[in-house]
Amino acid sequence: MADALLQIEVLTKRFGGVIAADGISLAVPVGELHAIIGPNGAGKSTLIGQLSGEVTSDSGRIRFDGRDITNLPVYERSQLGLARSFQLTTLFPDFTALDNVALSVQAHAGHSFRFWRNARHETELREPAQAALARVGLAERAATFVADLSHGERRQLEIAMALAARPRMLLLDEPMAGMGLEESARLLEMLRTLKGVITVILIEHDIDAVFALADRISVLVYGRIIATGDPPAIRADAGVREAYLGEGLAHG
Amino acid sequence: MSSTGLASKKTWRLGAITPRIVINTALIAVLALVPLYTALNGNAFTLTLFTRIVILAIAALSLNLIMGFGGMVSFGHAAYLGIGGYVVGILAKEGVASGFVQWPIAIAASALYALVVGALSLRTRGVYFIMITLAFAQMIYYVAIGLDRYGGDDGLTIYKRSQFGALLDLDNRTVFYYLCLVLLLAGIYLVWRIVNSRFGMVIQGARSNERRMRAIGFPTFRYKLLCFVVAGAMCGLAGALLANHTNFISPAMMHWTRSGDLIVIVVLGGMQAIFGPLIGALTFLVLEEGLSRVTEYSNLILGPFLLFVAIAMHGGIDGLIAGVRRG
Amino acid sequence: MLYFFEQFLNGIQLGALLFLLAAGLTLIFGIMDLVNLAHGSLYMLGAYFAASFAERTESFLLGAVLALAATAVVGVLLEVVAIRRLYGRDHLDHVLGTFGLLLFFNELVRLIWGPAGMTLSLPSEMLNAVEVLPGLFYPLYRLVIIGVTLGVAVIIYLLIMRTRLGMLIRAGASNREMVGALGINIKLLYTLVFGLGAALAGFAGLMQAPILTVQIGMGENILIAAFVVVTIGGIGSIRGAFVAALLVGLADTVGRAFVPDLLRAFLSESASSSLGRALSSMMIYLVMALVLIVRPEGLFPAAGR
Repeated sequence: MADALLQIEVLTKRFGGVIAADGISLAVPVGELHAIIGPNGAGKSTLIGQLSGEVTSDSGRIRFDGRDITNLPVYERSQLGLARSFQLTTLFPDFTALDNVALSVQAHAGHSFRFWRNARHETELREPAQAALARVGLAERAATFVADLSHGERRQLEIAMALAARPRMLLLDEPMAGMGLEESARLLEMLRTLKGVITVILIEHDIDAVFALADRISVLVYGRIIATGDPPAIRADAGVREAYLGEGLAHG
Repeated sequence: MSSTGLASKKTWRLGAITPRIVINTALIAVLALVPLYTALNGNAFTLTLFTRIVILAIAALSLNLIMGFGGMVSFGHAAYLGIGGYVVGILAKEGVASGFVQWPIAIAASALYALVVGALSLRTRGVYFIMITLAFAQMIYYVAIGLDRYGGDDGLTIYKRSQFGALLDLDNRTVFYYLCLVLLLAGIYLVWRIVNSRFGMVIQGARSNERRMRAIGFPTFRYKLLCFVVAGAMCGLAGALLANHTNFISPAMMHWTRSGDLIVIVVLGGMQAIFGPLIGALTFLVLEEGLSRVTEYSNLILGPFLLFVAIAMHGGIDGLIAGVRRG
Repeated sequence: MLYFFEQFLNGIQLGALLFLLAAGLTLIFGIMDLVNLAHGSLYMLGAYFAASFAERTESFLLGAVLALAATAVVGVLLEVVAIRRLYGRDHLDHVLGTFGLLLFFNELVRLIWGPAGMTLSLPSEMLNAVEVLPGLFYPLYRLVIIGVTLGVAVIIYLLIMRTRLGMLIRAGASNREMVGALGINIKLLYTLVFGLGAALAGFAGLMQAPILTVQIGMGENILIAAFVVVTIGGIGSIRGAFVAALLVGLADTVGRAFVPDLLRAFLSESASSSLGRALSSMMIYLVMALVLIVRPEGLFPAAGR
């Protein structure tokens, strides 16, 4: 695919005897919201890890906007415009929500070898942070410490941090995990606003959300992509039904 | 919906009067008035004790920067006290008595060693980092013992304090004390500014969640390294002051139990508290001194006291003042 | 050549002592995640108890047995009264708390036994030397230390690998929460582990007492070496502690014996003497730094850490 923002070529990863990624290949064009679904243990989080740089692949290539990023460290990929959210909330617990997001803004606002000005008074950091919080619906909770946020609010903060980096591609690792109905719906709407603006790779278990949002879906089973296509095609695919959707689809 | 039980950590804020501000201001006032008390009292000992407190507070301040704010627990920080002190002592012995030459070199030498130690150690984490910093301090300790020309194990007397010409006479105890105090206050202000700056945010963020920091795009290693070097330099200055204060240098300055003392002082005073190191140094040394007057076996009380602080007082003494629990 | 063998044996003997200390430390660290600076104090108490009891009973063996028991009791009491309140806390709280204990014990010993230190003499049979190699006579007692420690190592190995208690200990080292969830009496397990560590430390202290020292602060110097051993070996691993202890013991002893000579080939007499001393003291730290660069988690890290 010529205009693919992300190109994954035969990516492999083994953990001892377990093959977590078995020759995964995928191309994601600019602006697409691409969902990856699959049973637990299929290797979805490993894939995100390989894309973000926390997991080193055994073989294969990852190209981002044509550039080979396979061996780039985590922070450099972030600087190139690749942002991720974590499945298990990993925030800065002793800071406020606004501080958290402001850090994300700061990371992309030049170098941080500034020793004098109080960073909490810098509007060029605080304003975009506030905006990102508003985007996910956390504007009134800006001054709250992370330790005092609810689980759902923390999940929202996760997204806000990824967004604040103004990424070209978002890797979202089960953003709705542990969220209540109302919060999930709100997040769904927010993700809808991202479509076409930012390229998104979304890992989710909430099948309804996936089918509502995704432009295309890939199904990952035992480290292998067994099918890729738009939602109707995936719904109809017999192999997918058998391997994963099964009875869930009859109700979905 | 409710909090998980971790208390909120309030950041240091100037501009609203809090118990903390009152106590810290009172502290500065007390410190400023010590020479007056000594002059009235005629007892030089108090001044000597408080000079030592102030100097150790500077050392602890530098450790708090990397340990309290940066989460880098260095068990080898006394090495920089030693390096700073030995530069002064060695230069003095070789006839270079000018403070204008000695002190910058002391600071530079400490910074250089911190650069080497940091570059090699900061790749490790947790207890391995603690052990490796300890190892590097031990290496310098043994080097000092091996320096026969400069006293080896017995140490070296410094007959002439650092000379600053007509500007400052360090032999005058009061002048020396105020110099140390000014340097401490300047250091506290500097640390306060650093910690709240963009640089400080990176350091604190790396302590809080380094994985996330790298995920959002920070090359954390270089920031931590610079922080480590700054702390080493500051401690080197403290070492130069200490050598002048005692007119003596010896490898004992860098013994690992000295590094332990510094850690105790920082934790006691309250980590991540700007005035914590001063509170800790004051408490620790005054306790030590006070107890030794009451009993010959002061550690029978001091020891359990430290244990009590470790068990019962989260956030050290500053935490007690500010009503904050360390999460 | 014979000199080298003698130093080699000395290294093994030092390694044996280090193993006794490091085994306890690594277990306590691996299972309770506790940094214990007071471990050296238990080592010191073992030596002092042995010297005292041997003097009273006029029997080295009886004194040793009583000392071992006494140290184990002190260890258990310490755990119940103080140490268990530190579990689950920041390592820095451990450092602060156990540092306080270290100061306390040094002072307590000074109060009870005075500042001068003590001596512990060996029964006359132990004073003989054995011809281990043609022409090389080695003190019997040092061989006893090596032999007894090997025996203890085997017992510990069997304990950890073959008994139910050992299985719990190993499980605890890799996954603390799980063991608690299995309904095992964690408190008792921790107390036992700490008591075992204390006994081992005390044992090391009393074993070395006749040939090295019985004095205040003796724990500090060897404690650091024990921590180095634990780091090199990998936290939580007895096997690691064993290998690393031998490595460190040999590095230190052989280093001290031969580095100055080695330097003499290149440097002047005085330079090689002082540099040699400095370098050989640094040996164990250089070894540790090297190991950590190649294997940042030590040689045999316990799984899941």
